[in-house]
Amino acid sequence: MAAKQDNLIIAGREFSSRLIIGTGKYDTYAQNADALTASGADIVTVAVRRVNLTNPDEPLLVDFIDPKKTVYLPNTAGCFTGEDAIRTLRLAREAGGWNLVKLEVLSDPKHLYPDMEETLRAAKLLIADGFDVMVYCSDDPVFARKLEDLGCAAIMPLGAPIGSGLGIQNRVNIRLIVEQTSVPVIVDAGVGTASDAVIAMELGCDGVLMNTAIAEAKDPILMAKAMKHALKAGRQAYLAGRMARKKYADPSSPLAGLI
Amino acid sequence: MQLTINGEIYTDLNAGINVLGLLSHLNLPKAKIAVERNRVIVPKSGYGTVVLKDGDVLEIITFIGGG
Repeated sequence: MAAKQDNLIIAGREFSSRLIIGTGKYDTYAQNADALTASGADIVTVAVRRVNLTNPDEPLLVDFIDPKKTVYLPNTAGCFTGEDAIRTLRLAREAGGWNLVKLEVLSDPKHLYPDMEETLRAAKLLIADGFDVMVYCSDDPVFARKLEDLGCAAIMPLGAPIGSGLGIQNRVNIRLIVEQTSVPVIVDAGVGTASDAVIAMELGCDGVLMNTAIAEAKDPILMAKAMKHALKAGRQAYLAGRMARKKYADPSSPLAGLI
Repeated sequence: MQLTINGEIYTDLNAGINVLGLLSHLNLPKAKIAVERNRVIVPKSGYGTVVLKDGDVLEIITFIGGG
């Protein structure tokens, strides 16, 4: 059993929520902020992009989600080489003054699977540069081990392709990664609905990162609330320890004393 | 002088302007952004002292929504 509070600890920082939500694909930043409140998440992922010079008055994410109250986790979405990723996160560190980052080095836009060779290389460079690296990776226990050995702060295997909402496709691998890893394991990508998040947590994951599942729900605020409960339910079920699976029925009412 | 900022060419800036002057010219809030000049990050503490030169290539970034 974890500490009294059962908080999520990443690179020495403590978070009361095990849910991390994205800030993409929402209709408005206001809706995004409401979903964040409903989800109870402490961390949001954010992208790093050029400022709009033709319209400097356009709404900014920081005007809706306060970086002093919610941890911004800058990502490297859209980066296809280690160099791109490092350049992006160095700028993010300067803009935000924060060295906890999400590394994702993607490959083919069709499936958005991580390029693990580049991911390993980039992780090494970022760690040497003083970053705490939470790394998006394939659900391969061998690569997950290599990333942990490099010193990554959290291992974040995909449950299914980014934005697919297909749920946890390989429970065996996620479970293997959870068992072998001593830093937090956070399922990143693939969750479609609350039951998918529950499964991730029941497998022993330390948290779940999701974006589309909330942003593209018909009612994102209600789905954010559902995910908050899902993370808690799954976590508690994991800590409680499920009953053994049996092949046959086992009556819950005693058979003795029947009239 | 000519500057390239976020991929666009700007010719309306006078020589001798520093990063702080550029940001104020562009109407950008310096707390919410980061600046890269010729592939090197300009720390916020250097905005007042780093003077831009003809031909400089600048990237100015901020945080936007993402997953």
